[in-house]
Amino acid sequence: MSTFHLKVSTPDGLTFDGEVERVRVRMIDGDVCLLANHMDYVSAVGAGEAALTLADGQVRTAACIGGMLAMINGEASLIATTFEWSDEIDLERAQRAKAAAEARIAAAKNDKRELMLASAKLQRALVRINVKH
Amino acid sequence: MAGASMKDIKLRIKSVGSTMQITKAMELVASSKLRKAKERQERCRPYFLGLKETLDEIEAATSDFSSPYQEHREVKKRCLIVIAGDRGLAGGYNNNVFKAASAMMEDGTPTCVLPIGKRTVEFFARRGVEMLTREFAEAADISVADCFTISNLVTKGYLEGQYDEVSIIFTRFVSMLTQTPASAGLLPLEAQQHERRTGVHPLVLYEPDSLTVYNAIVPNYIAGMIYGSMCESVASELGARRTAMDAASKNAAEMIDDLSLRYNRARQGAITQEITEIVAGAEH
Repeated sequence: MSTFHLKVSTPDGLTFDGEVERVRVRMIDGDVCLLANHMDYVSAVGAGEAALTLADGQVRTAACIGGMLAMINGEASLIATTFEWSDEIDLERAQRAKAAAEARIAAAKNDKRELMLASAKLQRALVRINVKH
Repeated sequence: MAGASMKDIKLRIKSVGSTMQITKAMELVASSKLRKAKERQERCRPYFLGLKETLDEIEAATSDFSSPYQEHREVKKRCLIVIAGDRGLAGGYNNNVFKAASAMMEDGTPTCVLPIGKRTVEFFARRGVEMLTREFAEAADISVADCFTISNLVTKGYLEGQYDEVSIIFTRFVSMLTQTPASAGLLPLEAQQHERRTGVHPLVLYEPDSLTVYNAIVPNYIAGMIYGSMCESVASELGARRTAMDAASKNAAEMIDDLSLRYNRARQGAITQEITEIVAGAEH
């Protein structure tokens, strides 16, 4: 199958730069999978699993939260807030974060700001745990 | 008497010497951390530029564009994000930032502050200024994720109309020796001044539509701006600390020189006195 060039950049630097066969990302309105020769495309990334099928058919998954996915002139770029390869996710830390966020939500009661902060943390933790499994 | 003063001087030399060791060590630590902080700042640049490019692109390609993030409202209340350090001993680093913040607040517009850094929280608490949250008291520990939390908080408050303008005050890293406080407006976003494209538009598929994509990207962009300013401030703090500690070490070395001279004089004085006493005793 034909491949295309994909760059994954995060605030921590360039995470991936190479040829892929397909890339699947959870967008704000559901999963999207790009193949080579897709038309120019821009959309915003939601929170969930991203899967890259590399040129040799190997599939790598990652937790991917926030940012945007663009395909311009056959070159794809995924600019993600968080992009962590599944084999690099610290499951214990995510589970601790989940427990802490749940405790904060329980304690927040009607404090809207606190609730918002804690639920964002909970969502990130859940995405990490799901990708790891 | 001469003996006692000799002992005093010796003690002073010793204490100045150990102070110098500390300032030297702090200078070295600041230098090595500074390199890392600068690298971190460089690394986040492609992310940030990529988002900025897309935002501009969307704006240019959409003919009837109006995002709530771009709408200029009458400024009834302002939100200031102020980044300073957790610790002192960095020359005028913290004070310069606070001075810039105070100057901005002088025009009387009601202001709420989102302080980053322990010193910042203390400063605004003392002044009794309204604070959005005290969550981010440790500037050194602020991660990318924290910047996104800040950004979400701030953009949400902006959309809800809690404030009509968001600015950030940080310290620009001009060079190793110069760091100046700077401010930048975050919201509302400045509209692009370029003319609408004529002729054939590049066909880009925005899903679900360009405005939704734009509005979803803005908080990420703001977070990138905050993170970038954060990294630059941290680098500036380390730079300022390095310079301050360098000056302190030099002062300490000067003091030791001065004290050694006085010590030797005192020693000589004591010897002369002893000899005079012995000679005087022998004459009798």
